[in-house]
Amino acid sequence: MAPSTSSALTLNINGEKHTLTVDHRTTLLDALRERLDLTGTKKGCDQGQCGACTVLMDGRRAVSCLQLAVAAEGREITTIEGVADGDRLHPVQQAFLDLDGLQCGYCTPGQICSALGVIQEHAAGWPSAATTDVRPEAGVPELTAEEIRERMSGNLCRCGAYVSIVQAVAEAARAEEESA
Amino acid sequence: MTTTTGPTKVTGAVGAAHTRVEGRDKVTGAARYAGEIPFADLAHGWLVLSTIARGRVTSVEAEPVLAMPGVLTVLHHGNAPRVDVDYQGLLGSPDPVVGVFQHDRVPFAGWPVALVVAETSEQAREAAESLVVHYDQEPHDIAFSAAHPGSYTPEADGMRTQKGDLEAQLAASTHVVDAEYTTPEEHHSPMEPHAATARWDGGRLDVVDSNQGSSWVADELSKVFSLDPGSVRVRSEHVGGAFGSKGLRVHQVLAAMAATVLDRPVRVVLTRRQMFSLVGYRSPTTQRVRLGAEPDGRLRALDHQGLSLSSTIHEFIEPSAGFGRPMYDADAHHTHTRVVRLDVPTPTWMRAPGEAPGSFALECALDELAEKCGVDPIALRLRNEPEVGPVSGLPFSSRNLSGCFEEGARRFGWAERDPRPRVRREGRWLIGTGMAAATFPVLVGPATAGVTAEADGTFTVRIAAADVGTGARTALTLIAADALEVAPERIRVRVADSDFGFAMIAGGSMGTRSWGWAVTAAARELRDKLVPGGDIPAEGITAKADTGALLGTLAQKERHSYGAQFAEVAVDVASGEVRVRRMLGIFAAGRIINPLTARSQLTGGMIWGLSMALHEEAVRDQATGAPVGPDLAGYHVAAHADVPHIEADWVDDPDPDDPVGIKGIGEIGIVGAAAAIANAVWHATGVRHRNLPIRPDRVIEDRATEAGGSGA
Ligand code: FES
Ligand code: FES
Repeated sequence: MAPSTSSALTLNINGEKHTLTVDHRTTLLDALRERLDLTGTKKGCDQGQCGACTVLMDGRRAVSCLQLAVAAEGREITTIEGVADGDRLHPVQQAFLDLDGLQCGYCTPGQICSALGVIQEHAAGWPSAATTDVRPEAGVPELTAEEIRERMSGNLCRCGAYVSIVQAVAEAARAEEESA
Repeated sequence: MTTTTGPTKVTGAVGAAHTRVEGRDKVTGAARYAGEIPFADLAHGWLVLSTIARGRVTSVEAEPVLAMPGVLTVLHHGNAPRVDVDYQGLLGSPDPVVGVFQHDRVPFAGWPVALVVAETSEQAREAAESLVVHYDQEPHDIAFSAAHPGSYTPEADGMRTQKGDLEAQLAASTHVVDAEYTTPEEHHSPMEPHAATARWDGGRLDVVDSNQGSSWVADELSKVFSLDPGSVRVRSEHVGGAFGSKGLRVHQVLAAMAATVLDRPVRVVLTRRQMFSLVGYRSPTTQRVRLGAEPDGRLRALDHQGLSLSSTIHEFIEPSAGFGRPMYDADAHHTHTRVVRLDVPTPTWMRAPGEAPGSFALECALDELAEKCGVDPIALRLRNEPEVGPVSGLPFSSRNLSGCFEEGARRFGWAERDPRPRVRREGRWLIGTGMAAATFPVLVGPATAGVTAEADGTFTVRIAAADVGTGARTALTLIAADALEVAPERIRVRVADSDFGFAMIAGGSMGTRSWGWAVTAAARELRDKLVPGGDIPAEGITAKADTGALLGTLAQKERHSYGAQFAEVAVDVASGEVRVRRMLGIFAAGRIINPLTARSQLTGGMIWGLSMALHEEAVRDQATGAPVGPDLAGYHVAAHADVPHIEADWVDDPDPDDPVGIKGIGEIGIVGAAAAIANAVWHATGVRHRNLPIRPDRVIEDRATEAGGSGA
């Protein structure tokens, strides 16, 4: 009997279960884009170098082009389509829109998912290479522009929307902190 | 339902900040780009590229691949349908690479040799990677240098300008700069890879693509496939960046060819690595600049010579030597562009073609001259402001470079600058500031636009414009709103469908100007048609305009945007690291339609300049002729952590001959930015960097020479 080249699996995406049969070679990114019609997650390089395909897996950032779909079963996946609350944009989305943190928009879903991860990681006290005092007792570092730039550096933007992306992330983080 | 045209007049949309009209779709992931539109029965094509740089394909072993699961066909030079690339399009003859699989010759590494089409992308990819192609390899030449014996002056217009006796003026000059500058091969690298889906629909070729001009690409495809112009439709609603790379390229031709052979929809998406061989790039340049000046910095002589490369199959010219023609006057003013043909892919237009590399050389040379004369770099430039076009003798339509210097200097704090190099240090960092000037031509092309007054009181604008991230859709919304004297919320702009008729491409900074002109004209027509208080039928009332004839009446003038770029850098000469700390660009670039998106576009251009100054460099392997590390890890574009806070602003400078006052802002942001950074690196370290990018290994100083610091 020829070895099977595909498997049935269930993916948990944006709180919804999707059951599908995928070729074992299918990346999570291609499963989203070509099988589930969730094309908001973008493919900029297909090799882990640009961040356009960033999604959240169990709340943490992941480049979905480097994940096999078959290995994503059982994980809680959030894509850009799951970020807004119905018609109400998430504060990060709203800040990107208001401050023009985008030009062509192709890197934007990845930037926004990454920003969600950054804000959480920062709130949880994770240091970055830009953190000056990494002693545990130093507490949560201030989310400065330097910190945001360092933490967002896995997300390339060829249009060069960086200046307003950093402002949007800072603005959304501030709003989140105030409402917390 | 019928409704009447309202009596309330609203204007002032142009000039007020407006978020992108499609912004919500882009931040929610709802905006679909070319490779994301679903089609029933879609097949997937995967390209196979040559591994040799010169020679012939002797055989393609298609049989084993055709037996692989899901494979539908393998197209190559032995079986592909004939296409035609011997035609003249909007921008001249096409790069022959789009004539895929028409012969067995291989003119560069990465030449398309086969397309594998399969039911799924995984199947197509595996089959393409398994395909064995045999070659007859020939020696190649990819070595670009100023000394290459094959260089020549192209026959195209404007390759050489000569005013005055150069050698005599140089000999009579008190101060002379004579320096060679180089810029490397650079790639557009838009974040969205090129993608097209083609199908036959009711006798028409229907293509969903990502491009800079849907009517342009439709016209080219009709020529390639010898079809009636009306039987090709190209749509390109959202485009994930372009920068000059998204015209007719192999992917549309391949998708259409495969769709024809298989009689079903076929999608072809280039991989990031394939893009480094197939979508064009900016040629490397070597440039020699000679300046001769009076003691006070007034130029007696300006000589700019630029060399770029092209492929053996097509001549593309990167006209870097032309930058100074509308900039500075000199008694003797010479510019000269040359090209050398090598076994490499054909370069193409990339953001500010000519001006981007040309401004690096000339604006750095002027900084060197300012140092020699002991004159402030801004004062030096002001001393050489021309009354009329230095080469053409034509009047300027408007020129506010001095306004840019003044405003920029004030905001940047230029007056406090100590001109001496290498005198500021903060810990391990040497600090410096630099400036440069910028210019880009103001161009316009014909366009047709339709404006419909709808029965519900809204208006629909139709134009085959392209919004490649520029905010064109939003800008046209504001322009239409003012032209119709209604609020922008009542306007719906539909773009990027070749069925809307011809419209100029998004390129050469002329998109918004060309389209805005047509939309304004169509809106005027419509207002003439609408009877105040009259009824609007259910199908609406439509007016159209074509600006083709109008544009011919524009008087001959020197029409350009100008700008002043400022940068502050910190340099660690022990590690070789250069950090840009801040940048400021002030531009005189016509009327600004939407300050929110215009600022983004200008800072985006400045970030390109930063990236060009410090990061971007594509390297070819001399042995194989192929690019080294052709991906986003091997080819570094500026990332978040490389980019400081950057400010862009403008001075008032409406174009008097444009109905909206537009000049165009797509390219001017990059021009001069790399020079400003290089000049700041000199100011920090005392060392001139004449070769881009300013890599750490070029900056690093060993202790023995650290005390030196004269220009090497
Ligand atoms: S597409 Fe996954 S990182 Fe680029
Ligand atoms: S907005 Fe175009 S790549 Fe980021």
